[in-house]
Amino acid sequence: MAGLELLTDQGYRLDGRKATELRKVQARMGVFAQADGSAYLEQGNTKALAVIYGPHEMRGSRSRALHDRAVINCQYSMATFSTAERKRRPHGDRKSTEMSLHLKQTFEAAVMTQLFPRSQIDIYVKILQSDGGNYSVCVNAATLAVIDAGIPMRDYVCACTVGFVDETPLADLCYAEESGGVSSLALALLPRGGQIALVQMDARLHQDHLETLIEAAMTACKGVSKVLDEVVRQHLQEASVLSRE
Amino acid sequence: MKDTPLSNCERDFLLKAIEEKKRLDGRQTYDYRKIKITFGTDYGCCFVDLGQTRVMAQVSCELVAPKESRPNEGIMFFNLELSPMASPAFEQGRQSELSVKLNRQLERCLRNSKCIDTESLCVVSGEKVWQIRVDVHTLNNDGNLMDAASIAAISALCHFRRPDVGIQGESVTVYSPEERDPIPLSIYHMPISVSFAFFQQGTYLLVDPCEREERVMDGLLMIAMNKHREICSIQSSGGIMLLKEQ
Repeated sequence: MAGLELLTDQGYRLDGRKATELRKVQARMGVFAQADGSAYLEQGNTKALAVIYGPHEMRGSRSRALHDRAVINCQYSMATFSTAERKRRPHGDRKSTEMSLHLKQTFEAAVMTQLFPRSQIDIYVKILQSDGGNYSVCVNAATLAVIDAGIPMRDYVCACTVGFVDETPLADLCYAEESGGVSSLALALLPRGGQIALVQMDARLHQDHLETLIEAAMTACKGVSKVLDEVVRQHLQEASVLSRE
Repeated sequence: MKDTPLSNCERDFLLKAIEEKKRLDGRQTYDYRKIKITFGTDYGCCFVDLGQTRVMAQVSCELVAPKESRPNEGIMFFNLELSPMASPAFEQGRQSELSVKLNRQLERCLRNSKCIDTESLCVVSGEKVWQIRVDVHTLNNDGNLMDAASIAAISALCHFRRPDVGIQGESVTVYSPEERDPIPLSIYHMPISVSFAFFQQGTYLLVDPCEREERVMDGLLMIAMNKHREICSIQSSGGIMLLKEQ
């Protein structure tokens, strides 16, 4: 789109952030009382709600139960009011199924499923407002929900979307930047070990820039993990204060 | 029909062979199987053989009204069908996980990388544009359907010729191939996807897994690149990988 400068000469983006700045993250855990684990996360204007049920006995086809691990079942959906134009099919279309598969893959790598053989863990994520970085916000919200449910994980799973404009990597893209034809890379990382659970990139990018982009993504994810860690510790403090009284 | 499960001794045999850097069909770790591309009689029909994996792609076009958000761009539609002919595990009712995954990967590799000039597909802005439909059918599955499908799709697109159109004022005439020669699509670059399979939590890596190797692999990484050394798409699926494995 001509006329829309994604990065000005002084290094400011459309919403006034610098190139490597993340959006403001606000999160709350334990939003629903009856679910095993739940979390609400806002990253800038993108809002996501994650709910976990499990581990419980396999529902539906018993034959799909794995004898040594738990099965993780993910469902991703967007609220009809989440985008600028009203979405007519919240779930069942290809993009949602693909997102659900990616989330499932990410969490299968992080959750210690060997501790719960023959059982099932359900992860439901809903986007309430979509302003770019849908996948990353879902992963971060679901991580908090899994911690709230008390399911053991190898490490926090943090995700971030980075883009590449004018030789500079931009961290945490918003919707206008994503749809402006910028090459974007979504990365889900386990920060402590530096292990990548999922990487996904669209649009053209020269081979030499790949290293810089991945480095930028990993730094951004580590930033996100610090924020998530803070949220968890604060939630625990509040919960322990309440239970002491 | 459900797939016959892989026996434990076969799985151990494959993993041990990979540890010793040997593959079932004698290839090296970075070797591809033999690729054969044949074109059919119609414009836009293409068969690709990747070893024993056989895939067919067909391109067709029709004039439709464009999307409201993009009135002067043509529409590209990709469809990948996993037919039961390819493997007894594929069933006729589609939307299995694998089919969605492959469809989305093919779409992202070809559509988001903008390899076709969609603006040249516009006939009358806001009213009539060409919709190019690429149908890929799998005929035999011996592993690595993604690479075969991407090669077939891009070859079919290069081979395809669309009918010529003439505009006189308000009316649009579509000329048949006998009246005027059909014109090819304008293709900027050709993205080809390469698949890497990971074993033993990322310690061993193979290119172009065959069907047996696909069953024992831990994770799969698909990278699509073109000859200008640009990466068009990266997609990882499966277990965890470390950074330096790029």
